[in-house]
Amino acid sequence: MHIPDGYLGPQTYMPFWAASLVSWSIALKKVKKELSAKEIPYVSMAAAFSFLIMMFNIPIPGGTTGHAVGAGIIAILLGPWTAVIAVSVVLIIQAIVFGDGGITAIGANCFNMGVVMPFVSYWVFKLVGGGAAKGPKPYVAAFLSGYVGLTVAALLTAIEFGIQPLIAQGADGRPLYGPYPLSIAVPAMALEHLFLFSILEGVVTLLLLKYFLKSESSLIYTLRAKEG
Amino acid sequence: MVRLQKRLWIGLIILAFLSPLGIILPETFKAGDAWGEWGTDTLEKLLGYVPEGLKKYSELWKAPIPDYNLGGENATMAVQMLSYIVSGFIGILVSGLIIYGVSRFLIKHEK
Repeated sequence: MHIPDGYLGPQTYMPFWAASLVSWSIALKKVKKELSAKEIPYVSMAAAFSFLIMMFNIPIPGGTTGHAVGAGIIAILLGPWTAVIAVSVVLIIQAIVFGDGGITAIGANCFNMGVVMPFVSYWVFKLVGGGAAKGPKPYVAAFLSGYVGLTVAALLTAIEFGIQPLIAQGADGRPLYGPYPLSIAVPAMALEHLFLFSILEGVVTLLLLKYFLKSESSLIYTLRAKEG
Repeated sequence: MVRLQKRLWIGLIILAFLSPLGIILPETFKAGDAWGEWGTDTLEKLLGYVPEGLKKYSELWKAPIPDYNLGGENATMAVQMLSYIVSGFIGILVSGLIIYGVSRFLIKHEK
């Protein structure tokens, strides 16, 4: 889901840079207000986790690969705005150091995986879980949170790819940037995520929530915010 | 609290050592790039041409460790796996330090 350089034309990547810059400036203000010094190591670990989990490319035999992102569990544990900062930092490092995702596409990639995904996951978790810390509810909520969060991020990415042939053609009428239309990009990315990668994201989210509920439930932002 | 943090760091280090699975599994199951992340060579094969604007932008940035691989295009699987682990540790270190720096800067005026 890391869009490389060249797949998005300037008409697309510029507005997404703007959207990400606005999101980052709000996130920095929110985090400044919400974050306590003792939570800093957890934010560092969250970013490191997101970096690592994205390295686990899962294959569709004979087809493409994909991976979990971790943005959902970070939003559940540390809050959506903290997740915006943690995941965005990771995506920027991946683009600059490892060429995973383009430089021009940093805005779009951060918006898809670093802004939309944590918020969708956060809302799904709150909506389904209703602040419950016991019983099956928080687990169902955690799975769906990761599942829906990654799927929505993938759909958004597919739409960004798919509108390129509509926006820009060369003199010969061929697409100037991303070559595949919506009718190919959306089903391709929707199906691979609905049936594989988002399930993985859901399971990762569920298992980590389970671990934190057992070992340090006072840390969990979404359950704590409900009480206060 | 401190014990939990220690456990979590150990977990992250284990993940870094396991990360080569992220290249072994796709290799085993003959899976290629993620959808939409093809390089220009692959696009040439898929489409028969490379979109003009895409080609121009694709040369914009030369990453120091492209594809988490230190051994270049013809690297053996062993070199790629080792590169992946090293990249994992670079990722832990750099993302951890940047987040630490940003957070410290944000809340330095407190207390």
